[in-house]
Amino acid sequence: MGMSKTGRFSWYYFSSPQSFYPLAGVLQPWFAGLAVALCAVGLYISFFVAPTDATQGDAYRIIFIHVPAAWMSMFLYLVMGFWSGVGLVLNTRLSSMVATALAPTGALFTFIALWTGALWGKPTWGTWWVWDARLTSELILLFLYIGFMALQAAIDDQRRADKAGAVLALVGVINIPIIYFSVKWWSTLHQGASVSMTSAPTMAKTMLLGMLIMALGFWMYSIAATLARVRCVILERERHTDWVAAEIGGQS
Amino acid sequence: MIRALGWVLRRDLLLAFRRRGDVVNALVFFVIVVSLFPLGVGPEASQLRNMAPGVLWVAALLACMLSLARLFAPDHQDGTLEQMLLAGEPLVVLVAGKVISHWLMSGLPLVLMAPLLGLQFDLPADALGVLCVSLLLGTPVLSLIGAVGAALTLGVRGSGVLVALLVLPLYVPVLIFGAGSVGAVAAGTGAEAHLLLLGGFLALAVVLAPWACAAALRIAME
Repeated sequence: MGMSKTGRFSWYYFSSPQSFYPLAGVLQPWFAGLAVALCAVGLYISFFVAPTDATQGDAYRIIFIHVPAAWMSMFLYLVMGFWSGVGLVLNTRLSSMVATALAPTGALFTFIALWTGALWGKPTWGTWWVWDARLTSELILLFLYIGFMALQAAIDDQRRADKAGAVLALVGVINIPIIYFSVKWWSTLHQGASVSMTSAPTMAKTMLLGMLIMALGFWMYSIAATLARVRCVILERERHTDWVAAEIGGQS
Repeated sequence: MIRALGWVLRRDLLLAFRRRGDVVNALVFFVIVVSLFPLGVGPEASQLRNMAPGVLWVAALLACMLSLARLFAPDHQDGTLEQMLLAGEPLVVLVAGKVISHWLMSGLPLVLMAPLLGLQFDLPADALGVLCVSLLLGTPVLSLIGAVGAALTLGVRGSGVLVALLVLPLYVPVLIFGAGSVGAVAAGTGAEAHLLLLGGFLALAVVLAPWACAAALRIAME
């Protein structure tokens, strides 16, 4: 696998959906397994090993879901923008398919970050929602993800949907830092010093470890989910081809 | 290139002048939305003064967005857009001409109308001046970003709602610093920083948006 006709290994071999489909099928369970294992270890550390916070009590433990989810939500948008750009410049179909497959996972993590933020805010700040800079920019990030998915869903022509989505994702990538710093400035101008997300001055090593392991677990989950989704996208888009007919046993 | 720009500008302005209703409607929408807020929250002058920058700016955002549908859709329907793509002149220049005429027909009327509405909200004179300057710098950015959204959704079903979904999140920085500049005058901190940043957004949008818009148009017309 991965060998061209001359016998040399070539990455381009996998840029065709037909040859990427089986590779994704082989890799997907491994990443899924890694995700389960890392999340299990991470959750164990966060619930049983990490010490109880002096000021927030056990409520702070939601940080182990909240922060990694927020990291992944931003990181996945960048990855999506990267593959969109590759698809737009090199005109490779698989890159666009990957970008399409990444969007729902990114939106999911954005939503998780917002939801756990609300759950965390209630016991610590006494309110479900604060117009904190990070929460607000997460909310706008969710809107960007939804816009990307809505645009792709609204366009029937597959190639046009890919390219239009790619342009939108790239415009979004340029805008994300601008939006983030605008919102940050806006919230420092508007709100008093009563609420601060960075109030924990020192973080125990085990807390950081738990958070990093959870982040790795979420990362592996993102890869596994994206691979599974891209396999579905490939089958759907290539359903007129012979190899898909052979793959699904002539049920097309 | 300058001649092509002038040609698009003259043509679009003439078309808009022949159908004045569209321009007036967007402006009336702006006035109505702004006038609804005191009815919703009560006529207390101090509260209205606090809300005024945000209300005026959000209404301007919505009014600008509503007029985006007219930017490319009529030309797409009668085939003019296809001819523009085939023309020898760079598409970016033609797009720039269309965006400028869109701003003259949708953004500039808002700038001129805003001080009058600001008076309804009991804004002091210096805040009215800053409001005008902020709208003058900000509304071209709205037209530029909006043009990308309009090009992306060209001929797509449900494009009216979709363009709002795409464009409004991208308008956030302009809203923050536009409304913020007026608020800064009221707070006594001076609006220079906000206005400089708005100018920076305008410079960035002028450089990048016409290219993104031209790329989106090519994708749409493929």
